[in-house]
Amino acid sequence: MNGIKDALVITKRQLLQLTRVPEVLIFNTIQPVMFVLLFRYVFGGLGVGIKGGYVQLLMPGIFVQTVTFTLAATAQGLAQDMEKGLIDRFRSLPIARSALVVGRTLGDGLLNIVVLVVMGLAGYLVGWRPTSGPFHIFLGFLMLLFFGYALSWAGVFAGLMSKDARVVANVSFLFTFPLTFLSNAFASTTSMPRALQYFAEWNPVSTMVAAARQLFGFHNTFGATANSFPSQHPIVASLVYMVVIMAIFIPLSVRRYKSANSR
Amino acid sequence: MKSVTAENLVKTYRKGAVHALDDLSLDVEEGTVLGVLGPNGAGKTTVVRVLSTLLVPDSGRATVGGIDVVKNPKAVRQIIGLSGQYAAVDETLTGWDNLVMFGQLYHLSAAQARVRATELLAQFSLTDAARRPIKTFSGGMRRRLDLAASLIIRPKVLFLDEPTTGLDPRGRMEMWGVIEDLVREGVTLLLTTQYLEEADQLADDIVVIDRGRVIARGTSDHLKDQVGGERIEIVVAETNIDKAKEIIEKVTHGHATVDYGLRRISVPVLDGTQSLIAVIREFDGAGIHALDLALKRPSLDDVFLSLTGHIAEEVVAEEPGKKKRGART
Repeated sequence: MNGIKDALVITKRQLLQLTRVPEVLIFNTIQPVMFVLLFRYVFGGLGVGIKGGYVQLLMPGIFVQTVTFTLAATAQGLAQDMEKGLIDRFRSLPIARSALVVGRTLGDGLLNIVVLVVMGLAGYLVGWRPTSGPFHIFLGFLMLLFFGYALSWAGVFAGLMSKDARVVANVSFLFTFPLTFLSNAFASTTSMPRALQYFAEWNPVSTMVAAARQLFGFHNTFGATANSFPSQHPIVASLVYMVVIMAIFIPLSVRRYKSANSR
Repeated sequence: MKSVTAENLVKTYRKGAVHALDDLSLDVEEGTVLGVLGPNGAGKTTVVRVLSTLLVPDSGRATVGGIDVVKNPKAVRQIIGLSGQYAAVDETLTGWDNLVMFGQLYHLSAAQARVRATELLAQFSLTDAARRPIKTFSGGMRRRLDLAASLIIRPKVLFLDEPTTGLDPRGRMEMWGVIEDLVREGVTLLLTTQYLEEADQLADDIVVIDRGRVIARGTSDHLKDQVGGERIEIVVAETNIDKAKEIIEKVTHGHATVDYGLRRISVPVLDGTQSLIAVIREFDGAGIHALDLALKRPSLDDVFLSLTGHIAEEVVAEEPGKKKRGART
């Protein structure tokens, strides 16, 4: 189908960009690996009493944090296309209206595969040992990828709303950074003030972290105090969140793209 | 046959407060070049965006190649090329990468896209720079690559929105050369410009627009006649003014006006440089020394002044959420 072919040309463009500016890929993988090392050795002491040590709980947290930042990457990429007037060119081409944004989200998804693999290896080197077996480990990574992909669509919308790539990257970061910390990703939610605790337990980042921990074979000991639905059924809750995020942002983005005025 | 028609196009912003297009009509005969001339904010970009299916008008009808742009935008996109005010190419990629990518988006096979990219790079003298990232290109090179990208499918109708705005004189001359070649090959072209000189050079027909409306239409000669054509302006020493005026009127058969304060004599002429040379020759014979002399061509401001009675204002018809930078329309 032409629509898919067009999207893949756009994805290819993004991969080509990575070969022309390899620094992007390098920075994209160095940053999460740095997080792995910092958290592992700075907060490693927190994990006293946790079976296998803090790193077992930390790695899923960092995985989720990294794929959450996809939102900002997608937003920045599209805002750049808006800024440079490229959107006008794409919109004047006889291609499917979805091609540019679908291609972009696929490209960011592919980049996440590379980043997750590198992080997984780094995690292994510092003692992360998933215990659930290859199939569940694979499912865990697959779910992480889809979580990033769903958030990528929120990024599409943010990118199309903006005309300044730097602003939208900063705003997206301001939004996603607290989201990843007001969660069970790095510390137990039970030590948070009551109001934050509720937020943290319903936070999609927390449910995704809990789901990943479960799929990698660890009991999620960071949270679940309020016995809320998401903390009881993290995999289901995460899947519901992904569907909801895409159900909101895909139609919004496609509509926005149709009337996008770049420049 | 008309390749492009626009009938009574209206586009308003801010709930009707800003009229970007106000009952605008124009058409382009197949194989000809129409220059759309107007100041910033006149509605030039808006009309191009409507015709190239990027913007839906509030009312009115437009066709390109006989196809309605609102009812069947996808078919229109198959036959048009668009090159905007800003080089819309991927700056991190090379010129080659860009052309191959856009070729594939026009549904050429990978092999066809490569062949076409090679052709276009040669045609626009970019072969040597083909493997460099666009970031390293000069402004003129970027515009040429952008134009090349809009020619991949050999469009029947080409829209160029201010193709030389922001270019240095050399870049402008190069761009003109490239556009003239395309015109010779018979492309139907609608180009917008702020420069009468540019419209004069490239267009068969010119429409002048102001505040979303067509205020004049004709060939550039026709428009210049309306404005009054060219003028010679000569500054001489005070003692020579009357004698100089006499010579000038004799040579040009025109009525000269004199500004005694500036010691400047001004006269409308039909064959600009010829008259200027003739006047200088006569001056030499009479021993008059011209302190300054100039051939003034009518500028867009002159056209505007004579057509509308007001100076070309910058009425930026802002689109929702659009930045003010580089006011365009």
